[in-house]
Amino acid sequence: MYTQNIKTDSLGVKALDEMEPKERAFQERINADDRIEPKDWMPEAYRKTLIRQISQHAHSEVVGQLPEGNWISRAPTLERKAILLAKVQDEAGHGLYLYCAAETLGATRDELLEQLHAGKAKYSSIFNYPTLTWADIGAIGWLVDGAAIMNQVPLQRCSYGPYSRAMIRVCKEESFHQRQGFDIMMKLCAGTKGQKAMAQDALNRWWWPSLMMFGPPDGESVHSAQSMAWKIKLYSNDELRQKFVDQTVPQADLLGIKVPDPDLRWNEDKGGYDFGEIDWDEFHRVLKGGGPCNRERLGARVKAWEDGAWFRDGLMAHAEKKAAAARPMAAE
Amino acid sequence: MSKAALKEFSLRMGDNCLILGQRVSAWCGHGPALEEDIALANVSLDLIGQTRMWLGYAAELSGKKATADTLAFLRDSGEFRNALLVEQPNGDIGQTLMRQFLFDAWHQAMLERLVQSSEPRVAEIAQKALKEVAYHLERAADLVVRLGDGTAESRRRMQDALDLLWPYTGELFEADKVELSLAKAGVAPNLDEVRDAWNRTVDRVLADATLSPPETVWMQTGGKSGRHTEHLGYLLAEMQVLQRAHPGAAW
Repeated sequence: MYTQNIKTDSLGVKALDEMEPKERAFQERINADDRIEPKDWMPEAYRKTLIRQISQHAHSEVVGQLPEGNWISRAPTLERKAILLAKVQDEAGHGLYLYCAAETLGATRDELLEQLHAGKAKYSSIFNYPTLTWADIGAIGWLVDGAAIMNQVPLQRCSYGPYSRAMIRVCKEESFHQRQGFDIMMKLCAGTKGQKAMAQDALNRWWWPSLMMFGPPDGESVHSAQSMAWKIKLYSNDELRQKFVDQTVPQADLLGIKVPDPDLRWNEDKGGYDFGEIDWDEFHRVLKGGGPCNRERLGARVKAWEDGAWFRDGLMAHAEKKAAAARPMAAE
Repeated sequence: MSKAALKEFSLRMGDNCLILGQRVSAWCGHGPALEEDIALANVSLDLIGQTRMWLGYAAELSGKKATADTLAFLRDSGEFRNALLVEQPNGDIGQTLMRQFLFDAWHQAMLERLVQSSEPRVAEIAQKALKEVAYHLERAADLVVRLGDGTAESRRRMQDALDLLWPYTGELFEADKVELSLAKAGVAPNLDEVRDAWNRTVDRVLADATLSPPETVWMQTGGKSGRHTEHLGYLLAEMQVLQRAHPGAAW
């Protein structure tokens, strides 16, 4: 997902009777579907894990502006340009809510950005793939936002209040984005031969990376059990991935394009699709920095930050001058 | 007042919005702070929205099969009617903001008068755009002041931007036959009045920003008649690529 591999700093899930009274009271609140708020007591590992998860999500939104931003200047109509601009702007807005949610846990935006720029914090692997044609903008809306919604809808009910509220706002906008993406794909698939080929090519390139968004298979997802006990993760990676495949394959059929998986077939018994093996080596490689655009994406963010230093310093200096000018009067 | 003059005027207004909107949109994801990314996208989005109104109107007036999109994506640079100022490159964020400020001050002064236009469609479009542009101007002026009166470096960068862009401001107030005839018919304002209003805004903001316009410069001109700077061709090549590569396709 936007948060693919979250470490929990936990030594394994404890049973209620192994917990100190404070922690037990905390876990019981979570079990009762109560929301934890910033001023409430929480275990340090819960706080740290959430900071990691929320900041990874925020970084994904911010880096996620880049692949789609790549086509704003070339959007084929004024309406498409406006929609794409609005979408990328929404993503920056999501980044902002999420950094604010992380701040309620005591991590400042500057600290979190520093970790991103130093390559210490992760963001979703999906944004390290290139957007090569206009159809990629459709495919990202349809598949990437579709996958994001799959994960974020349950997070509206997660145990941490500020995160759950941020998710409620984010989900409203994401479902609009997904519809827009699918609409681009429909137009292309009903268009010229060249346009339809563009749509098929985009599906070929984005299908597998989209499935990787849900993170490693459940057997390897070592921190999931604790996150699920804390209700900051509500479904397992494989459950959500299956749900996504089941939802998306019929949409590809409707578009008249083919999912690039020879092993894909309907399984009557489980009432879902069976699908082929994901290339986990690729997943780990991209996550570690070896994807096609890791260097460009992170480089662009670092450059924006460094080029903007004089701008931020100028605004600070002006504010200080104004404050200094106001001071003697206040003293009188 | 002829229909041709009205069409020409709508193209000028629309092309200014389109070319500046296109320029500003390139900041998406690359701004100096997340709040700036959002604000710049917002300004660009407003300008693209205004483009659709002005070019939509110009297309109606042209009477052929033109649409706002065919005007935006299928004209060559010699047919574009935007001022040279808006096609100038983004440069650093200071240059982008200075360009925005100098344009917004003109844009607001124009729209404030166009809401009184004797042509109802023009008045209606101006009314819709004015609210957005008042905000653009407020934001750009505020940042010009804060950066001009910020650090030594921010001041130097803002002064450099002003020196670079100033020669493109004179053209905004040059009335040709089209503008003279529209002013006479009460459709568009007298550009001398617009210049006075622009001067008042610009003088006040630059003084607060501790910046001053260069003393002697040659003003550049040509945008309104389709004689552009070298920058416009590249901008259009990029913007128009899909429509040019797939003639007649629907998107």
